[in-house]
Amino acid sequence: MSRFRVAIQVVPRRGLLDPQGKAVADALHTLGFGGVSGVHVGRHLVLDLDAQNEADARKLTRQMCEKLLANPVTEDFEIAAVASV
Amino acid sequence: MKFGIVTFPGSNCDYDAYRAVVEALGEDATYLWHKDHDLQDADVVVLPGGFSYGDYLRAGAIARFSPIMREVVAHARRGGPVLGICNGFQIACEAGLLPGALQRNASLKFVCAPITVRVENHDTRFTSRYEQGQLITLPIAHGDGRYSADDATLDRLEGEGQVVFRYAPNRLQATEAYNPNGSMRDIAGIVSKEGNVLGMMPHPERAVDPVLGATDGLALFDSILQRVAA
Repeated sequence: MSRFRVAIQVVPRRGLLDPQGKAVADALHTLGFGGVSGVHVGRHLVLDLDAQNEADARKLTRQMCEKLLANPVTEDFEIAAVASV
Repeated sequence: MKFGIVTFPGSNCDYDAYRAVVEALGEDATYLWHKDHDLQDADVVVLPGGFSYGDYLRAGAIARFSPIMREVVAHARRGGPVLGICNGFQIACEAGLLPGALQRNASLKFVCAPITVRVENHDTRFTSRYEQGQLITLPIAHGDGRYSADDATLDRLEGEGQVVFRYAPNRLQATEAYNPNGSMRDIAGIVSKEGNVLGMMPHPERAVDPVLGATDGLALFDSILQRVAA
């Protein structure tokens, strides 16, 4: 067993109304960042995980995302990083 | 008839539901602790409103894995009636008892107000005491009530008569302002395909007593009684 530090990003699915993202985009426009578009506000999760190897850690992380960490109806997830610790 | 009302950590409408059943309806009710594995012979399970687990991660996402939910899901799979109100609707969706999901209100504001809903299908075990198309007034109090699903799911819900309640204009509100949360197709409540699980954002259990200024929720509990007893 090795220990891995896993980072996961969960974001609202593209195309669905994201009122938080829209509010942030509006605020950025007000501040003069007129070139901003497509803002989405999601969650960033970091966890430590004991697994056989990196492939195993990724597999377990995927299962956790599908079961609990992301809602398959409204959100997409991405495993942003898996590193040995 | 016995109602089992689940208390999750953070539930805050469990007593409202209890009181609606015992005092307004005159039936038996018991609380079911979220860590229990026993429905105590309840005929009807109520998943009440509130903020189970502080709405951490997503509203209802953690409550659906509470120990009692295994029994609630088994009860639903056997055809037993389940009523999910507000947070209970969110939990029922997360648990897969109902399709779709409840997302953050489009306004980003928590909305606490009496609203008008139209009874879109009175041929269900939860709505038989209403008239088809009847406009009723129920309170809402939520920040995550925007019902969302893909178009195919929405079309199926509409086609099968599973859309039970829809936000509707009334005499006082401008037509564009009646949907309080941006819910798709103005959906306020749906039933499962089998008809035994109802999820709704408005609070019928808070509208059962003239002292509190609203009684339109009582017919929902009456409907359950009539249908299950029959």
